Amino acid sequence: MSESVSEVPKAPDTPGAVPGAVATPVAPVAGAPVGLGAGGGRVRRQSDFLYYGLRNKKLVFGLTLELLLLLLAIIGPIIAKYPDQAYTGFPTQHPGSKFWFGTTDAGQDVFAQVVNGLRDSYLVGLIGAMSAAIIGMALGFIAGWRGGILDEVLQMLTNIIVMMPALVLIIVIGSYLSHPNLLFEGVFIGLTTWPWVARAVRAQTFTLRSREFVDLAKLSGKRPVSIIVKEIAPNMASYLFLVVVLLFGSSMLLAASYDFLGVGPTNSVSLGWIMQQASNEAALQLHYWWWFIPPGALLTAMVAALLVANVGLDEVFNPKLREQ
Amino acid sequence: MRRYLTRKIITYVLAFFVGVTIDWGIPHLMPGDPIQNLLGRFAGLNSASYAALYHQFAQAFGLNVPLWEQYLNYWKGIFTGNWGISIWATGAKVTTLVFQAMPYTLALLVPAVVLSYVLGNRLGAAAARRKWLDNTVLPAGYVFQAIPYPWLALVVPYLLGDVWHVFPTAYGYGQGLIPTWDWTFISSLLDHWFLPFLTVFLVSLGGWSIGMRNLVIYELENDSSRYMRALGANERVVRRYAYRNASLPQLSGLALALGVIIGGNIVTEVAFAYPGLGHLIFEAITNEDYFLLQGIFIFIVVGVLIANFVIDLVYISVDPRTRLSMQGSTT
Repeated sequence: MSESVSEVPKAPDTPGAVPGAVATPVAPVAGAPVGLGAGGGRVRRQSDFLYYGLRNKKLVFGLTLELLLLLLAIIGPIIAKYPDQAYTGFPTQHPGSKFWFGTTDAGQDVFAQVVNGLRDSYLVGLIGAMSAAIIGMALGFIAGWRGGILDEVLQMLTNIIVMMPALVLIIVIGSYLSHPNLLFEGVFIGLTTWPWVARAVRAQTFTLRSREFVDLAKLSGKRPVSIIVKEIAPNMASYLFLVVVLLFGSSMLLAASYDFLGVGPTNSVSLGWIMQQASNEAALQLHYWWWFIPPGALLTAMVAALLVANVGLDEVFNPKLREQ
Repeated sequence: MRRYLTRKIITYVLAFFVGVTIDWGIPHLMPGDPIQNLLGRFAGLNSASYAALYHQFAQAFGLNVPLWEQYLNYWKGIFTGNWGISIWATGAKVTTLVFQAMPYTLALLVPAVVLSYVLGNRLGAAAARRKWLDNTVLPAGYVFQAIPYPWLALVVPYLLGDVWHVFPTAYGYGQGLIPTWDWTFISSLLDHWFLPFLTVFLVSLGGWSIGMRNLVIYELENDSSRYMRALGANERVVRRYAYRNASLPQLSGLALALGVIIGGNIVTEVAFAYPGLGHLIFEAITNEDYFLLQGIFIFIVVGVLIANFVIDLVYISVDPRTRLSMQGSTT
């Protein structure tokens, strides 16, 4: 292996939860990829996962909470009594039976806004994580498989993208766009966070490509694309899944920051936008706590549930991490 | 070793180049003509005076030369300190504004980042494989990691400022004060500094401690740790080695997170009306002050690069492998 391998940290990088930072799972990069060598048949492995999955409290708890919140995001806008931007004529109502989360100083129903924002958060997270996964996997596989100059160039690109302050960039770009929408925000997040996926995929591909079964596939004349898809990708699927789940959470957090600064979508209600409105209308000084507490608390629950489920999944995939 | 450093330095130079090019390119690639927008503000121009004014502005902004020459001029401006003039702060030089704001940003970020990194790592390492501590640190860590930063920047000042009146919630110092180095001003500075510092500190703490906890657990299950235990080593010694091994990926994680941290600081300064670079950037957007915006962007890119370089140096001095290979190459 070339020297460049030594630059890859032993375990995935775990930056702190700085505003919207991306955390990566614990699965060791340099160690044997998860699920490798479990040649005892696919059926047994799957039932193993199910067995440990259902008994893993973290996974069950995180998944249940996440599903409940997802349900709220889906049916919330339907059961809300008012459209998200409608003026009900009852300004600054406390939470109660009429308005579950109270109303804004202009008389908008906070519940209606929050559930719509939840839905948008999930959408942005999904778009961001998916676009980052697609770009990151493509570049990571190429860099890890081909190695050499191409790898050097792609790594350089990855390191440069990581160092660009994305928030500043979206502000500069956004200030020239008159109406950025949700798709733009999601894709932008994907375009600035793919290095996290690419690094993980590249490192895993590096350790996998010199394995016997890959050599065997090469000898049998398979084309590189099919080796990557059929031999390499399945062996890192669980690990990759964890990375994408975390990106999903951090995309939602990033979007909240963008929306809070007013560079997010201008045509829809998002959780960050609700907080921005509350802050602009002096909800803090006037003690309208119901206006800014629910959106952030729900988003925290959404992301925390993801993180907890993610750790549970990690323990299911990786026996070393299970409780002792 | 030399190869490692060369590669790093090439990356930094390229990153600077890319940053400057993006900074220059975005206004040129964006739809719309800035001069047309500017002239749109003038009412009742006839076509002759419009053309004259257009020509005047194009010349003033250096837009009347070919694109490649504009690009070269931009580079020349960067190296000669000619970063343009702010429109918002009526004619103040961009560099002056940036240097006025920078101390606030540094005073906020450096202690918050360093303290949360150090304390988070210690906390995470202590929690690893210790039942009761793990059961408190871990859930708290997840919650802190999941908190959207803008929300923390609303809830903390709401509780500590608006409800309990312990700390001021906005501005860099008391608005009735004139900045001088006397005790009232300094205590006012500290008073206003505390809440933004606290939120940045808190929001990073969870991530570092969880990361460190996971890494230490991984290291404690490592063959080398098992071997040490088999040799009869004290558990404290095993943990110390695990901690040292785990700090390397954490350190490179810090380098990777810097762009996000420094960018995220904008939210802090906007939420607290704290007069640093982030707040300046926000003023620049709301006032459509593109020169100021571009100037700050380059400054932030340079800041991230310098911080990355510092972490590189720390990494080299901490990692015995690179340190030894360096000593080997000098002797």
